[in-house]
Amino acid sequence: MGSVCEENAVALWDSGQSPREAFEAIVKRHMKDAYFIALGLVGNREDALELSQEAFYRAYKHFDQLNSKGKFFPWFYQILRNLCFSHLRKRRVRRDYQLRNAPIGDCRSEIGDSIPGADSQSVISDPLPGDGFDPEMVAERNESKDRVWRAIGQLDEKHREVIVLRHFRDMSYDEMAKVLFCNRGTVTSRLFYARQRLKEILDHEKGGQEQ
Amino acid sequence: MTCQDHKDLMMAYLDDELDDEQKRAFEAHLASCGDCAKDMEEFKKLKRMTDGMALAEPEDRVWDEYWNHTYNRIERGTGWILFSVAAIALLLYGGFELIETIIEDRTVGGLAKVGLLALIGGLAILFVSVLRERIYFWGRDRYKDVRR
Repeated sequence: MGSVCEENAVALWDSGQSPREAFEAIVKRHMKDAYFIALGLVGNREDALELSQEAFYRAYKHFDQLNSKGKFFPWFYQILRNLCFSHLRKRRVRRDYQLRNAPIGDCRSEIGDSIPGADSQSVISDPLPGDGFDPEMVAERNESKDRVWRAIGQLDEKHREVIVLRHFRDMSYDEMAKVLFCNRGTVTSRLFYARQRLKEILDHEKGGQEQ
Repeated sequence: MTCQDHKDLMMAYLDDELDDEQKRAFEAHLASCGDCAKDMEEFKKLKRMTDGMALAEPEDRVWDEYWNHTYNRIERGTGWILFSVAAIALLLYGGFELIETIIEDRTVGGLAKVGLLALIGGLAILFVSVLRERIYFWGRDRYKDVRR
């Protein structure tokens, strides 16, 4: 990943290849990172594929905005994360709307499946935790991995992002600082709060199951 | 250093991001602080759980077709832009031609011509007004990034 963050795509663009060939090389180099980051952020295979390809399309359209010294991946990552977060917000709004308009009985059954001990009224007034994260995205599933995956789905965007970059893309703190356009200290602090929140959610869920 | 300072180091220690000197200093703190040592154990447990997880690999054909799908998107996007620009230009041209024909047509009554011009004028004012309002509020809306 280190080389990915350092790679100067403008040089590749200006290397004498046709724009199509140059961009094809860029896409093939970064498609797996783009797909898996999107998958980690939105938790759904089809959406991840769609969003990562849309991010490449937008990067192609606005390639002139990347200055000659700019590194492609951190710049591209901003496009990708904005698309994913905006997608999650829309999905949350749609979900809230469906919950508000669903008959009370339907809400109750959905709650029973997702939050132990919660009643339907609390869900109507609060958005449903998570953004429809699908545990099927995790390879080699078991009960505890499904639980962790659902807990990641309940983290807010900023915290989910650092968990995905660190755990699913193996990025170092310096690489994360580059793609997030922040310093190492911010990365460390975000990771601390993300893990602490993850721990709280898992403890809460465990407590609920034991009751 | 306070325990809060060490909490920041805790993550770097957990992820093996400290240099040897920092590591030794942090381990010395852990040995003398029960609270931090307990937190550390819990974070280690959590890390073991998350480290054991990997996202499912899609089928190979997803990667084989990835570039083609992306290129189709680029091609269609360019096509839509060209189509939209041409459609707007043609509509404007056709509209002006039609208006010119009607205005120059002696068989069309004066009242109908005045009505047509008023209709076009009204539409133009509405369009400019809405556009100006959008631009004005977009520049000054402090809440435009707030989640709705």
